[in-house]
Amino acid sequence: MRFDTPATTNPIDRLRIIGQPVDRIDGPLKVRGAAPYAYEQHEAVPNQAYGWVVGAGIAKGRITRMDLDAAHAAPGVIAILTTENAGPLDKGKRNAAPLLGGPEITHYHQAIALVIAESFEQARDAAQRVQVAYAVEEGAFDLAEAKAEGVGPSKDSPDSKIGDFAKAFAEAPVQLDATYTTPDQTHAMMEPHASLAAWDGESLEVWTSNQMVAWAHQDLAKTLRLKKEQVRIRSPYVGGGFGAKLFLRADILLAALGARLAGRPVKVALQRPLIANNTTHRAATIQRIRLGAGRDGRLTAIAHESWSGNVEGGEEENAIQQTRLLYAGANRLTGTRLAHLDLAEGNAMRAPGEAPGLLALEVAMDEMAEKLGIDPVEFRILNDTQEDPEKPDRPFSQRQLIECLRQGAAGFGWDQRSAQPGTRREGRWLVGLGMAVGFRNNLVDKSGARVRLDGEGIVTVETDMTDIGTGSYTIIAQTAAEMMGVALDRVVVRLGDSSFPASAGSGGQWGANTSTAGVYAACVKLREQVAQALGLNASDADFADGMVRSGERSIPLADAARDGALTAEDTIEFGDLQKRFQQSTFAGHFVEVAVDAATAEVRVRRMLAVCAAGRILNPKSARSQVIGAMTMGLGAALMEELAVDTRQGFFVNHDLAGYEVPVHADVPRQEVIFLDEVDPTSSPMKAKGVGELGLCGVGAAVANAIHNATGIRVRDYPITLDKLLDRLPG
Amino acid sequence: MMPFTYERAQSPAAAAAAAARSPSAKFIAGGTNLLDLMKLRIERPGHLIDVNGLALDRIEPTAEGGLRIGALVRNTDLAADARVRRDYAVLARALLAGASGQLRNKATTAGNLLQRTRCPYFYDTDQPCNKREPGSGCGALAGYSRQLAVVGGSEACIATHPSDMAVGMRALDAVVETVRPDGATSEIPIEGFHRLPGETPQIETALQPGELITAVTLPPPVGGTHVYRKVRDRASYAFALVSVAAVIQRDGSGAVALGGVAPKPWRRAEADAALPQGAQASAAALMQGARPTEDNAFKLKLVERTLGAVLAEARS
Repeated sequence: MRFDTPATTNPIDRLRIIGQPVDRIDGPLKVRGAAPYAYEQHEAVPNQAYGWVVGAGIAKGRITRMDLDAAHAAPGVIAILTTENAGPLDKGKRNAAPLLGGPEITHYHQAIALVIAESFEQARDAAQRVQVAYAVEEGAFDLAEAKAEGVGPSKDSPDSKIGDFAKAFAEAPVQLDATYTTPDQTHAMMEPHASLAAWDGESLEVWTSNQMVAWAHQDLAKTLRLKKEQVRIRSPYVGGGFGAKLFLRADILLAALGARLAGRPVKVALQRPLIANNTTHRAATIQRIRLGAGRDGRLTAIAHESWSGNVEGGEEENAIQQTRLLYAGANRLTGTRLAHLDLAEGNAMRAPGEAPGLLALEVAMDEMAEKLGIDPVEFRILNDTQEDPEKPDRPFSQRQLIECLRQGAAGFGWDQRSAQPGTRREGRWLVGLGMAVGFRNNLVDKSGARVRLDGEGIVTVETDMTDIGTGSYTIIAQTAAEMMGVALDRVVVRLGDSSFPASAGSGGQWGANTSTAGVYAACVKLREQVAQALGLNASDADFADGMVRSGERSIPLADAARDGALTAEDTIEFGDLQKRFQQSTFAGHFVEVAVDAATAEVRVRRMLAVCAAGRILNPKSARSQVIGAMTMGLGAALMEELAVDTRQGFFVNHDLAGYEVPVHADVPRQEVIFLDEVDPTSSPMKAKGVGELGLCGVGAAVANAIHNATGIRVRDYPITLDKLLDRLPG
Repeated sequence: MMPFTYERAQSPAAAAAAAARSPSAKFIAGGTNLLDLMKLRIERPGHLIDVNGLALDRIEPTAEGGLRIGALVRNTDLAADARVRRDYAVLARALLAGASGQLRNKATTAGNLLQRTRCPYFYDTDQPCNKREPGSGCGALAGYSRQLAVVGGSEACIATHPSDMAVGMRALDAVVETVRPDGATSEIPIEGFHRLPGETPQIETALQPGELITAVTLPPPVGGTHVYRKVRDRASYAFALVSVAAVIQRDGSGAVALGGVAPKPWRRAEADAALPQGAQASAAALMQGARPTEDNAFKLKLVERTLGAVLAEARS
């Protein structure tokens, strides 16, 4: 189905099942431990062996000698994989550094061997006996240093210039010129990257934990120089990803190579201390923002430049992209600069670009509001735009930012905020309120599904879409139930298998809208087949309550499949509505913090997000997405940071003891409000996404609340107590 | 994990004797730290002596009017003991500020004292660490040292002792009771129990080879207001940046010990003596001779601020 004109009324609009806060259909399985994750696929194939990954102990250089004798001699060892015996490998389209390193090492903890043994413990024991000698080379590990050496815009992403920024900024009566930094972050999902691989002759089957089955499928086949038809990937359950599992990573490749070498199935889970340096991470940024405004508070000049680093072949952290779209202003300059760093590959983490970008921009806006003496909410409303500021003939399809802010301010008690920072004290606590805008675009990509109706009236949906804890199983079931007019318990959803139609996958908050739109498309086809089988006219047939009605006739749906199951498959493909309309999601984030006047410990007391994000397919799972993201934003503001050892070139705090994310005691009362919205330009579902919106801007709201509480402006994240301590009253 | 042999000890003295016979032996009780380190091959005992059956899990009054805490009393039970809560509240509060409920259920009194640093360079076996591999160097000194020691460290090591419990015990002048391989018993004041790293950071306590902790005794209650304040980057389940254990009397005198700043629970007589003059004077005495890194210099200020808050709380 091609989607190139805005959606009109369709069966989804009935909202009998779509839009309802139904429980997760996979919930009971997960609660009972009956949903097998990749490392728990004990029944998938017999005779599974265990792989343990050896990571490089240096950041850059060469292996001069690898002594495997002691490891080979250790009990239970079956084989040891290295580049010496891995066979020829290509590199996946979406990988920068090789997933199996050696002799050349391009980052710390790059996999250099996989030790395969009969048991997990034996594999670990033997791996610890591997002796490696290196010739270490100098590397670049310090972003600030790399920036100081001067990095210009790259040819691939030139600066965007509108009007005359320099002139407008120079002439602006009120100016801000500030630099912000955000640290490297790791995804820290609960389930590590894990895979089980088994060969049958020249065919390979992999059970893994991956967000994008089609990408992993393509890149695994390419890396192994196989045809895609020789490879099958399944990823039915994913214990969190946040972008860490968008790509083919070492667990999949090493399990596959290890299984080929060992001649039997091999499973691999990346050890937790390896993940930060072995896999991808969100790259640190240095961002310079300049804002110029008239005394009336209208922005006349906006500049945002962002520096980040990456390995050869890696891309920049695009922290400026939302600045191109968020506020009005005639003169604009935005650009990224990419430095070469020899740390692990930087790549997508939840709201890539937006998350660090808004951490900076939305504090800059707070600072500017303060300079102007305008309330931060009103300042943003004053600079709202209903069209793309770079292309004024391109409107936003929906932009309810002002409504988000107004409703949020009213609901949160924003009028209680003192405009004078550092003036509200409750015992030992300095209390402040802060707000920020959340802003994330709606992305679409083609997404396919297959739908089958059987003689029992059961509707089965198959798509390679994944559920990474987000609720895909449930909203896909809701979509099929709504379209086919059956109860939710009459729908079976099967996900995450490369033998199913390719979906858009889970990433970029596009999964919910696009994967359900693909199911919608397949269901439209299936409805036609049903109508034909029942001798009805598809265009006026009404599917409801397990019956199909047309005119005076009412026939059980299942009758259509009496002589055999009906199967329909389709892919939703998107036309140019994305180009004609800027499709985005918006939020107003409001936060109250308390800062200990003596120790500078920060506690977030309450949080509110008011979101406008198109049709909310399931308010319950959507709310879960947003409160989880708000928690992540709290972590980004206050504690999350991969500490770089700039001499040795690695992330030091590479486990969950050293890399702190919020615990329950950090998480306050959280409230989420979804505004009524449908976006007919987005898809037939009229939905957008919320999974990343919930994170965008939250940390800035925390930072702004800290400023309101203390009068201290911290521009370097995370805002740990040492950055406040000297300037607090005590 | 290296292969190891395992035995269940029949008595404390037998356990100590068995440990003396096997140079690579380790005692195991709760195992909350040892097993993690064995999996990482940081601890490599050839023999494990399980002391869990030794009936060292009671809390009893001493003849002097204090309390004798068996080496195997679990952290959860110690924190919940009515006598501890009433007379040694700083200890109960310190315990509850540490780890998680699940870990406290397993962790023992002696094991808590003997837990090893959480310095990330100690944990990463690809990095140099004089504590893990004597002579290999210290990765932390010029590396990432935000969590590490500002006082009491050396050129060889700036690791901190991670315990909260031990900081409370330090403020209470606890005494560690042991049995030696020859069956003799010994008493080690907690002041001298943990050693500073000097040039031998791998030697962390005053225990002799084979020597087994049997109990920790607390002197008779001293009254006063008991405060334990732990400052960290998140609200729970993190090691201290700075912690303060304080017992403050009505006249302003008292005892103060610090966690998170030194290789051992940190207390100085001069700092106690300066308490009546206030936090600044006492903190200055505690931090005398401090040699912080760029990463952790903030701890000096934080000690003063936290101590100030603790004294204010004690007075209120």
